[in-house]
Amino acid sequence: MSVITAENISKKYIIDHKQKSSGPSTFRDIFSESFDKMFSSKKKSQSHFDEKEEFWALKDVNFTIDQGDRIGIVGHNGAGKSTLLKILSRITEPSTGQITIDGRVASLLEVGTGFHPELTGRENIYLNGAILGMAKSEIKQSFDAIVDFAGVEKFLDTPVKRYSSGMYVRLGFAIAAHLNPEILIVDEVLAVGDTEFQKKCLGKMRDVSESGRTLLFVSHNLTAIQALCNKSFYFEKGKLIDQGETTHIVTNYLSKVSHKTLERHWDDVNNAPGNDQVRIKSFRLLAEYQDNLMHIDVRTPMNFQFEFWNMEEGANLNLSMHLYTFTGECIFNVGTASQQFGKGLVTGTCEIPGHFLNDGSYVVSMMIVKDTSTVLYNMEEALIFDIEDYRENVTWYGKWPGYIRPNLNFSIRQTEHIVND
Amino acid sequence: MQHTTTIKAGGSEKDYWKDLWRNKQLLLILSKRDISVRYKQTLLGVAWSVLRPIMTMTVMVFVFSYVAKLKGDEGIPYPLMVLCGITIWTFFANTFSQISNSILINSNLVSKVYFPRLLMPLSSVAVGFVDFLITLGIFLILTVFFHHPLSWNIIYLPAFLLLAFITSMGFGLFFAVLNVRFRDIGQLIPFIVQVGFYVCPIAYSSRLAQGTWYEKYYNLNPMVGIIDGFKWCLLGNKAYFNPNSVYSTAIISVVILILSLIYFRKKENTFVDHI
Repeated sequence: MSVITAENISKKYIIDHKQKSSGPSTFRDIFSESFDKMFSSKKKSQSHFDEKEEFWALKDVNFTIDQGDRIGIVGHNGAGKSTLLKILSRITEPSTGQITIDGRVASLLEVGTGFHPELTGRENIYLNGAILGMAKSEIKQSFDAIVDFAGVEKFLDTPVKRYSSGMYVRLGFAIAAHLNPEILIVDEVLAVGDTEFQKKCLGKMRDVSESGRTLLFVSHNLTAIQALCNKSFYFEKGKLIDQGETTHIVTNYLSKVSHKTLERHWDDVNNAPGNDQVRIKSFRLLAEYQDNLMHIDVRTPMNFQFEFWNMEEGANLNLSMHLYTFTGECIFNVGTASQQFGKGLVTGTCEIPGHFLNDGSYVVSMMIVKDTSTVLYNMEEALIFDIEDYRENVTWYGKWPGYIRPNLNFSIRQTEHIVND
Repeated sequence: MQHTTTIKAGGSEKDYWKDLWRNKQLLLILSKRDISVRYKQTLLGVAWSVLRPIMTMTVMVFVFSYVAKLKGDEGIPYPLMVLCGITIWTFFANTFSQISNSILINSNLVSKVYFPRLLMPLSSVAVGFVDFLITLGIFLILTVFFHHPLSWNIIYLPAFLLLAFITSMGFGLFFAVLNVRFRDIGQLIPFIVQVGFYVCPIAYSSRLAQGTWYEKYYNLNPMVGIIDGFKWCLLGNKAYFNPNSVYSTAIISVVILILSLIYFRKKENTFVDHI
């Protein structure tokens, strides 16, 4: 029996290109706009109109979800996952289409929604419970269980602003965990909290799904999705491009996810980024893919090629490349020797061997340095790439720790045999 | 219990009001939250609600009665008249500004959970109401002090309070929607309240506007009828009050409320896109 039926769901946002920030508009904008319209020719106001671009966060999405299904939703940032959850939880309405939902929905898009820092833990349990749609009697009934799950007995009458962030999150999740909806919608709440807590949450969500209720779960943690969900939806650019068995969807997603910004180039020297002294022509990552896979994994050797035009005769130049993790920690900085160049194209290459970096997302910056001291141009976040995990003969699938995963000469051998007579 | 929801574009739900009723506990809890948050962390706590109207009254009495030599109605102590006006005006002004800001203040809720958005403006009235009761208490104490007995007119008080509530809701909802879209409204609200303080018969009697060329326009302001009526309830028949003004006031207020409600309902599902 289907509990959720979505037909032709689309959600449109208007992006105003005149506005630098997407912040709220002011009367001033309206005044200046109407002023412009009054005094400009028709043609001009037409171009104004063009600057407003439609953006479809979701486009023609159709699906049905059966009772007891546990749906994982995967996709890049901006693929429309969160928009879908917002529409399903009635926070925003679709621009077109219709959804029919049978049953009470509780959505958990954030832990501790509406917690007020000045109120005590006790007051916040009632407040948050009511906000999530629990009746007072229901909250009373599960009050002790909530406090117990969160482990905050001693601090019940302390304002939550004095809570540690861990306690805050635990209390928030504990309340949500005691909701008894027929349909539970969860967005990436596992991103917070420690491992212990994450385990607790996953356990609770499994309970929910095992009791025959319906679960929708968005996460970047594919392991969690594989563990929890029987079916999955794969969103890309606002479209539901694939749905089906979770294992199938996750494999499909992983094979597409690997390409990010692997190449940038400018053919016209006049429009290329740079300045009077240097201009960038191209920067690309060439990978020697393994096993005919089209993604980079921990085994893949990589070659970075960087081309730029030098405009100053006889300049003493060298290149300096930084590699960062996606979260911004610098893993290394390498530089070439400094050398004199004439006017024209200069090419630098840097090789990163296979079996060196750990799996993860990385960002590369390239700097052109003059006289080993003056930075002529710094191309920040020039390339972005992912390295997928690959393991052989290992039956452990946890996250491999560390920034690098070098293949060092590390061996074991038996050096003595104890012989029993 | 089977519970079916249909979500579609522009689909104002037909059981919106049922939904609102179902969420009455949330309304209560949100109101309680606002009240308890307001008095936590302030040094003098509830005392502020007592001090503020008394201080405003003292200043007004000094400026208007002693400096500007304005006269109130015959046979009514001037300070009482001012305090009476302040009581109902403060209720209106507070609820109006709270309602106008209610959606933005609760923006974290708007973007994370669904409930009928009308709950937010409704719950924001609570604090203003508590303050009103406190000021009313002060007023009653002062009537004893000034030997000014209450009349039976006081039984009509709830009617005027209700009218004030309807008016503040009417204006507030409209501004609440605008405020989400255009943040300048936030700057405008204190200004409106300040202008209103002088436009409405708080520190003077509406009798002064009688027979002038601007009388017609003056009476269009629904707060004029409400404040006059409120004074009449608390200060007795000596206070100036034109009973006919109640009808026009009621009609204007209710029409504004209905228009604002329609506007609010039309926009509430897209609040989150602008927050």
